Amino acid sequence: MSIQVILAQALLGLNAGVFYAMLSLGLAVIFGLLNIINFAHGAMYMLGAFIALVGYSYLDQWFGIGLEVGFWPSLILAPLVVGGLGILIERTMLKRLYKLDHIYGLLLTFGITLILQGLFSNYFNVSGTPYPGQPDALSGVVNLGFMYFPTYRLFAIVFSLVVCFTTWYFIEHTKLGSRLRAGVENPQLTQAFGLNVPLMITLTFGFGCGLAGLAGVLAAPIYSVSPLMGADLIIVVFAVVVIGGMGSIMGAILSGLALGLVEGLTKVIYPPAASTVIFFLMVLVLLFRPAGLFGKEK
Amino acid sequence: MNHLLKGIVGAIGLATAALPLAAGAALSDDKVKIGVLSDMSGVYKALEGPGAVIAAQMAIEDFGGKVLGKDIEVISADHQNKPDIGASTAREWIDAKQVDMITGLDNSAVGLAVQGLAKDKKIITINTGAGSSALTEEQCSPYGIHYVYDTYALPVGTATAIVNNGGKKWFFITADYAFGHSLTGNTSKVVESLGGEVVGNVNAPLSTNDFSSYLLQAQSSGADVIGLSNAGQDTVNSIKQANQFRIVQSGQKLAGMLVFISDIQSMGLDIAQGLQFTVAFVWNQNEETEAWSRKFYDRHGAMPTMIHAGVYSAVTHYLKAVKELGSDDGDAVRKKLGEMELNDFFVKGGKIAANGSMLHDMYLVEAKKPEESTEEWDLLKVVSTIPADKAFISMSDTVCSLVN
Amino acid sequence: MMNRVLFIFMLIAGMTAPFYAYPVFVMDLLCFALFACAFNLLLGYAGLLSFGHAAFFGGAAYIAGHVIKAWGFPPLAGILTGTVFAMVLGAAFGYLAIRRQGIYFAMVTLALAQIIYFMALQLPFTGGENGLQGIPRGQLLGFLDLGNPLIMYYFVFVIFLIGFGLIYRTIHSPFGEVLQAIRENEDRALSLGYDVDRFKLLAFVISATLAGLAGATKAVVFQFASLTTAHWQTSGEVILMTLVGGLGTVFGPVVGAITVAALSHELGSFGSWVQVILGTIFVVCVLVFRRGIIGELERVTRKR
Repeated sequence: MSIQVILAQALLGLNAGVFYAMLSLGLAVIFGLLNIINFAHGAMYMLGAFIALVGYSYLDQWFGIGLEVGFWPSLILAPLVVGGLGILIERTMLKRLYKLDHIYGLLLTFGITLILQGLFSNYFNVSGTPYPGQPDALSGVVNLGFMYFPTYRLFAIVFSLVVCFTTWYFIEHTKLGSRLRAGVENPQLTQAFGLNVPLMITLTFGFGCGLAGLAGVLAAPIYSVSPLMGADLIIVVFAVVVIGGMGSIMGAILSGLALGLVEGLTKVIYPPAASTVIFFLMVLVLLFRPAGLFGKEK
Repeated sequence: MNHLLKGIVGAIGLATAALPLAAGAALSDDKVKIGVLSDMSGVYKALEGPGAVIAAQMAIEDFGGKVLGKDIEVISADHQNKPDIGASTAREWIDAKQVDMITGLDNSAVGLAVQGLAKDKKIITINTGAGSSALTEEQCSPYGIHYVYDTYALPVGTATAIVNNGGKKWFFITADYAFGHSLTGNTSKVVESLGGEVVGNVNAPLSTNDFSSYLLQAQSSGADVIGLSNAGQDTVNSIKQANQFRIVQSGQKLAGMLVFISDIQSMGLDIAQGLQFTVAFVWNQNEETEAWSRKFYDRHGAMPTMIHAGVYSAVTHYLKAVKELGSDDGDAVRKKLGEMELNDFFVKGGKIAANGSMLHDMYLVEAKKPEESTEEWDLLKVVSTIPADKAFISMSDTVCSLVN
Repeated sequence: MMNRVLFIFMLIAGMTAPFYAYPVFVMDLLCFALFACAFNLLLGYAGLLSFGHAAFFGGAAYIAGHVIKAWGFPPLAGILTGTVFAMVLGAAFGYLAIRRQGIYFAMVTLALAQIIYFMALQLPFTGGENGLQGIPRGQLLGFLDLGNPLIMYYFVFVIFLIGFGLIYRTIHSPFGEVLQAIRENEDRALSLGYDVDRFKLLAFVISATLAGLAGATKAVVFQFASLTTAHWQTSGEVILMTLVGGLGTVFGPVVGAITVAALSHELGSFGSWVQVILGTIFVVCVLVFRRGIIGELERVTRKR
């Protein structure tokens, strides 16, 4: 097998990996602070993509608003809307469950997923609607020497990496971030120091959902927009978070990227296993290093 | 426990006695009911889906809405491309809703499951949507008809044309279920029989969004031709993404083994131009086809695919057979259909062979250049006609157990 | 008291169902009801949330279907083979999973179930995306033709009753009492000298076995083993059923399975609105009625 092929598949793997990283990052942040597995994370990702699609193609047709929200505005707007919805869900529903078993949080968000998926399945083809709003500036192709790579995909990779590492830097190296981490470590104590932990929790949940929404907008031009795009992904992202170590920010980012690569290379060696290789790794990690590669067991 | 057993046995006895005896002749109930089972929400929605229900309704309206003085009714459902959902829907239709004929079935896995079930229940299925030639070969049924195209007919035109133009080395991207495997298998045979070579294959799950890694494998295989053994949006996605990764510009040719006009419309002539493939019907082929197609367009908002036209034709001929026979009994109708010569705007001189395959001419077509197109749906031109005896497997070669 | 009333009601309803409802549909309900009961034994009584129960349900369906179709097993032997397979699989999964708790337990079972799903997709005998089609129903005990819908129905009903009875016995045995003690307070059970892991493992195996029984039976009813039965969404669905009906109640899962399956069936023509409705019911259950239908009923009757 030529090195060209491996490089090409690795790059495509990285392409998938940045989405895993972004989603698992949000999931990890939420898990760290709320101890909740947000099953609806995939639905938030889907929602982000749909906001971009509807904003671009359907505003006039559906709501009679003669407006076309392009890709760049969507990139800001969609995360805000999705984050807002996340805040709404946290305020009205999730916060009632904090005293109960964490499993109820998982179940609640599973229900929310069903609702969102069902809603969009009524109006959109489940196998995907192409997103036509990809900016012209990114529509070309870059010759990388070993392959032609669409400019937009390259942009998505770079952009996501920047978002991921900015988030990491923010949490690990700023004052606000250190408060956040304190809230994760010991909510009672942090509260006693006069920090508004409930507000932090709400904003964190909103932020995590917003990240998923952002990933959705970024994914729209590549994968086309489908009501089930999140459902297919969320299970994989769970595995990424578990492998990285639940609650570990850097773990989520790195394992997201790494598993994207692993998946990409599996497609070269034994394509049928590509969708399952991550779960094999997950079982292994859970058996031999239950806290994940980067986590510490609570 | 003993009482329970007795109770059960008693109840069974009672119920069996109470079951109505099947009527000997005429209509099995007070209606002729036609079920359209199709992908209404997914990857194949555009090529069959809701349009097939409209086509069936049009056929019934044109027939006068009644046969033998009884109403004709259409019911429809979404099989979601899941064979278990398709089979259990069909089972309920037959058992509890007195459906007399099932059509559509645009997924080979669903089609095979439903045809197998309908065989046990002696119900006619006229498959207009699925491709797998197993429907009339390995798993042929005395009640199953395969109406529009199959995976034997498709490569006859397309692969022959491409190999003869120098496309000798093939790599396949195959939809990973009955249809894709069957299409790749049959196409490989054609390619090899003409002196070509198959250098590789990769299976992609049905309804894949990102074909890039498969395409790059195909690219690095050194093949001249990338054969796409998939359909619907999967085909659209693979061709679009091949364009994004400059596969064609780098010197390889794409061969869509099953392409519908709806796919061409969805990807646009800029990308699709020059693509050659095989169909059973082109809407603006002549005045007759165009007249019907424009009526269909007014109701569906899109021009008919070959499947839509096929559903209309299949339903019409089924109703004709019922009318002439004065019965909707499965065995009798199937026999009658086998004796008829099928003629309408969709098919000329068609015959339904003993294995259930409807024998008719197919066409090798080419997607027009953008400047050749005169209106939104004017997308295809006919390159050549593939006569029925070439397009479909001959009764001397079939492995169907019903023949001989 | 209430349990007795419900049981008699269930018996009568089950005996008469095929005369006013579509038998295949009722059989489907029974299979799901048994599946949910088996799941409830684990979540409701041992407090373990498995997110991978579809592996047993679907795995047993494939094995039963394969031995009946390819090896010519009679239906009963086929179903038993599938069930035994689920038992073995349950022992293996259980052994790996019970060392983990809470969310981690759920994640291990999910990951293992994904591997079974992968096998269902890739192994040659499963038919991949096509599923395992055309499983013959055959003759029960050599003389009862399961092609007859009523005989098939009562066969399934008896299987359901046996499974249900087993679960009932398990819950009300000393073993069941210990399980509930573990659920309430694992450390205390441990300090009382119970081998907690062994109890958990046994509960897991029983639950997996009966889930397998349900799946294998479903395969014979529909003459079909499909990927849907092994998909993670089926694992989600059974949680939904159990929770809606009432976690940790004897009849809750039955009621939940019937509610969910009947809703999906009756509202089928509304397309994806079914999902929206089910999702809403689920959210409401988690937020307000965590006891589920039967749990709330019990609470009301007890108050009086």
